[in-house]
Amino acid sequence: MERGIRFGAFILCLLPFIWVVYAAVVGRLGPDPAEVLMHFTGEWSLRILALTLLVSPLRTWTGWSVLMKMRRMLGLFAFFYGCIHFLSFLQFYTGWAPAALAEEIVERPYIALGFGAWALMLPLALTSTRAMRRRLGGNWRRLHRLVYPAAVLACLHLLWQARSDVGEALIYFAIFALLLTWRLKRHRLQQQQSVSART
Amino acid sequence: MRKRLVIPRIASSEITSESAYLKRRDFIRAAGLAALPTMSALSPSAGAAVATGGGPLDYGEALAGSSGFRTEEPATPSADISAYCNFYEFGTDKGDPARYAHEMTVDPWSIEVSGSVHKPGKLHLEDILSGFDLQERIYRLRCVEAWSMVVPWVGFPLADLLNRFEPTSEARYVSFETLYRRDEMRGTRSFTSTIDWPYREGLRLDEAMHPLTLMAVGLYGKTLPNQNGAPVRLVIPWKYGFKSIKSVVRIRLTEKQPMTTWQALAPREYGFYANVNPEVDHPRWSQASERRLPSSLFRPNRIPTTMFNGYAEQVAHLYQGMDLARSY
Repeated sequence: MERGIRFGAFILCLLPFIWVVYAAVVGRLGPDPAEVLMHFTGEWSLRILALTLLVSPLRTWTGWSVLMKMRRMLGLFAFFYGCIHFLSFLQFYTGWAPAALAEEIVERPYIALGFGAWALMLPLALTSTRAMRRRLGGNWRRLHRLVYPAAVLACLHLLWQARSDVGEALIYFAIFALLLTWRLKRHRLQQQQSVSART
Repeated sequence: MRKRLVIPRIASSEITSESAYLKRRDFIRAAGLAALPTMSALSPSAGAAVATGGGPLDYGEALAGSSGFRTEEPATPSADISAYCNFYEFGTDKGDPARYAHEMTVDPWSIEVSGSVHKPGKLHLEDILSGFDLQERIYRLRCVEAWSMVVPWVGFPLADLLNRFEPTSEARYVSFETLYRRDEMRGTRSFTSTIDWPYREGLRLDEAMHPLTLMAVGLYGKTLPNQNGAPVRLVIPWKYGFKSIKSVVRIRLTEKQPMTTWQALAPREYGFYANVNPEVDHPRWSQASERRLPSSLFRPNRIPTTMFNGYAEQVAHLYQGMDLARSY
C-alpha cells in the first residue's frame, strides 16, 4: 500500500516531463519551443518545491507517516526540473559559452537569482542519500534549511520577470509565505514547550 | 444602403499554408499576371472578400527590393503568426490571444481621427477596407522579447489615412489607442495587471508619414485574424513589435509627445522611440540577437539583430544627430 502510493507519486511527478518530451518530439511546443520549455520546467520546479514544503504540515495535520517518506523524492524532482530549466537556459540562451553565462549572471539580476536558487538546491540533492544524512548528523538538518532561501530566490526570480501582470508570481509568494509562516510558528511553539519543560 | 460587413473568424483549417501561399504567388508570377488590374479580376474586392468569409484580399504585390517593402527571407508560417502573439488585452500568455480574441467584436468598427487636423472625423470599417489601395508588404517583425518573425502583411500606408484628415502645421506627433472593451477582453479584467487600459502608442509625425509605416488589414493575403489585431493595426517594421499597436480605434494628432503604455509602466525599460537596436540592451535582457521563429529545440535559429531591424537604409535619416542610447 505504502509502496503503491509512493510509486503513484513518482509517476505523477514524472508526468510533466513525459508530456514535455512527447510534445517536443511531435512538435507540439509551438514556434518558440525553447521559451515554452523554459517556462514549463521552471514552473514545475517551483510547484514541486511547494509540494515538498507542504509535506511537514500535511503530516502534522493528517498523521500520515507515508508522507515523510515521499519528501526526499519530491525535493529531488523539484531539483530535477530545476536542472532541465538551467540546462535549457545554457543551451538556448547562452549556447554553452561560459562568457555569455557569466555576463547574464552579472548583468541580469533575475538570472542571478534563479542561478542562486539552483545552486542552493545542489548541495541538498547531493546530500539526500541516507548515507550522507547519517554522516552529517545534526548538520544535515541545518544544511537542509537552505531550501527556504532557495524558495524565496525562486519566487523573486519569477517576480522580476513579470512585465505587466504580477499575479502569478504573487500566488507563488503567498503559497511559500504560508508554508514558511507555519514553520516559524511551529518553531516558536517548540521553543516555548522546551522552556516550560525545563521549568 | 450599404450592407454591413461581417468579418468572420478564420478557422485554422482555412489559413493558407505557407507552401500553398507561395505556390499561388509563383503561379501568378509565372503566368505573367502580376499587374494589378489582372489581379483584381482574379480575386474579389477587399470588401467582398471580407463579406465572403476570409477570402483573398485584393492587393498589389510588393516587388523585390522596393525600398524594403519586401524581404526574400522565408516567411514565418501563417499558423505560427496567428498562434504566437502578444495581445495583453486577452491575457499575457502567448497562446491567450489565439484562444480568446474571437470574443472581440470587430464589426461594426470605426477609427476616430482627431486633434491637430483640418477635417476631424471617423473612418468606418467599410471605408478602411475599400477606401485605400492595398499593398502587400513582407516585413521582419522584431519583438522586444528577442524573438522575430517574417510576416506578409496586406495594408496601406498610414500616410494615406492621415492625409485624408489633413494634419495642420501644428501636428508633431500621432497617438493611437486600441479598443478597450472589458466584457470582450478578458486580459483587461485581470486585477493583478498593472496596465492602465486602453493600450496607447505614439509616433513622431515624420515616422508616421514614412512610406514603410503600414496600416495592416490582412495577413498572408487574407483577412487579419483577431489575435493579430483585426480589423486594422499599425505595423512599423523598424521598431520593436509593441509599437505596432493592434485593433486601433482612435488616432489623435498632437503637438506634444504622447505618453505610451509601456513607457508609463516602465520608463527605464521602454522608451518612446523603441527602435530596434542591437547595441542598446533591455535592462533585463540582451538585444544583440534574436530567435527567428519558428525555431526548434535542436536548431534554435538564433540570428544577430540588425540596426533598425535591417531598415537603416530607409529610416536612419529620421534619427540623425540623436543619441539612440538615450532616446531608446
